[in-house]
Amino acid sequence: MDMDDVPTQQRNKLPDHLERQRTRVTCKADAPTHTQGFQYSGAFAAMGVDNSVSVEKFCNSFKIKINRLTEDDMEFDMIGVDASIANAFRRILIAEVPTMAIEKVFMVDNTSVIADEVLSHRLGLIPLDADPRLFDHISDDVPNERNTIVYKLHVSCEKGSQRLTVKSGQLEWLPEGSQLLMASAAQGEKQKTYTSFGQSQKNISGRSIGVKYKDITIARLGPGQAIELEAHAVKGVGKVHAKWSPVATAWYRMLPEVVLLKEIKDGEAEELVKKCPVNVFDIEDLGNGAKRAVVARPRACTLCRECVMGPTGEQVELRRVRDHFIFTIESTGALPPEVLFTEAVKILEEKCERVISELS
Amino acid sequence: MEHGSVADSTASSFSIMEEDHTLANSVRFVLNQDPRVAFCGYSIPHPADNKVNIRVQTTGDPAKDVMVDALQDLMVMCQHARGTFDTAVADFRANKPMERMDIDLNKS
Ligand code: SF4
Repeated sequence: MDMDDVPTQQRNKLPDHLERQRTRVTCKADAPTHTQGFQYSGAFAAMGVDNSVSVEKFCNSFKIKINRLTEDDMEFDMIGVDASIANAFRRILIAEVPTMAIEKVFMVDNTSVIADEVLSHRLGLIPLDADPRLFDHISDDVPNERNTIVYKLHVSCEKGSQRLTVKSGQLEWLPEGSQLLMASAAQGEKQKTYTSFGQSQKNISGRSIGVKYKDITIARLGPGQAIELEAHAVKGVGKVHAKWSPVATAWYRMLPEVVLLKEIKDGEAEELVKKCPVNVFDIEDLGNGAKRAVVARPRACTLCRECVMGPTGEQVELRRVRDHFIFTIESTGALPPEVLFTEAVKILEEKCERVISELS
Repeated sequence: MEHGSVADSTASSFSIMEEDHTLANSVRFVLNQDPRVAFCGYSIPHPADNKVNIRVQTTGDPAKDVMVDALQDLMVMCQHARGTFDTAVADFRANKPMERMDIDLNKS
């Protein structure tokens, strides 16, 4: 199309089909189309349309709407943000927000059937009720009250008694540090333990640092078996090991948009309503027996694409809004979900800051 | 680390250690939305290396300045996102006292 043919008032607006490609992903029966979007700021320069996003533009259009917020999970809508940024938040939540988890286990006695390394692994995965912001990353291997939390587990099953289930609640927090003595103390010297706490951890935390869920099965003991160990928890991030991930999952989905291209009536309408497993469509009564299908709950759409296959396929179009994300965070318990999100954003800021300072 | 040439400051590759898609993809997005950028892309040369290379070519400005601006813009966007989120949470709490509380009331 020649530029001169376009009336001036239309110059700064994209034609409908391009605007749709820019802001929506369309899901056809076989595959989605226009998944890439238009990243480049000058993509529509020839048409006089600016595709850049300045900080002001972003700040004006960015919105957050909370849908659900409980102690350990939340759902919110994040509107006006590109997938790359939303994905950065998600990746940081899963892999880079630090938490505390058991990293070292000092096995004094383990006569249970579960092997030392398997037992240690199970202990590592237990979520701890410790605020990681109160602690430092452990450096050069000196465990102190600022970087290590110590737990003791001492259980045994008497001979001739019933089998015993060891639960996570039986881990006992040692605010004064390790009670295990190091092997060889020089003569006259005080025997050292495996940690060097300067003060009680009670002063740092203000409340006791237990496990988040007290009913996780750690092991089962038969008569005559026993476990005695000390577990040291340190701060870490999920990309080193999933036990440090603060979320059970953090995920997002783009807002579904279901559009009826043509009016769908009567029998076809009922068929369409029946097809959708999550009841996206409703029937509207038009009076004197006529019925029409309407899109009632597009948010519920799971994109199973059932409705775009078969006879109604041509009349329905499934789209996803490219800059609208329904974000869900499920915390494992160390921090509430809303704090996790702010922490994640802060970490992205720190990353930028680091690179800026390295470049200048 | 920046790999550029002395003669031409408008094109550079930045090699960033200890970073991955998280930062590189976000920065690439911000760079692409900057009208001064002619080309921008990133790659992770090998999945076992903990680094990314970001390539920036501009229409005239020094690539390094444009890169620093993009990082600064990203920071401002993050701060704004954090602020918006905190307000949204505060509003949500003010309008709807925690559901948990109701449950606790029923229990007692
Ligand atoms: S894609 Fe599936 S869930 Fe979505 S509207 Fe169609 S039938 Fe319903």
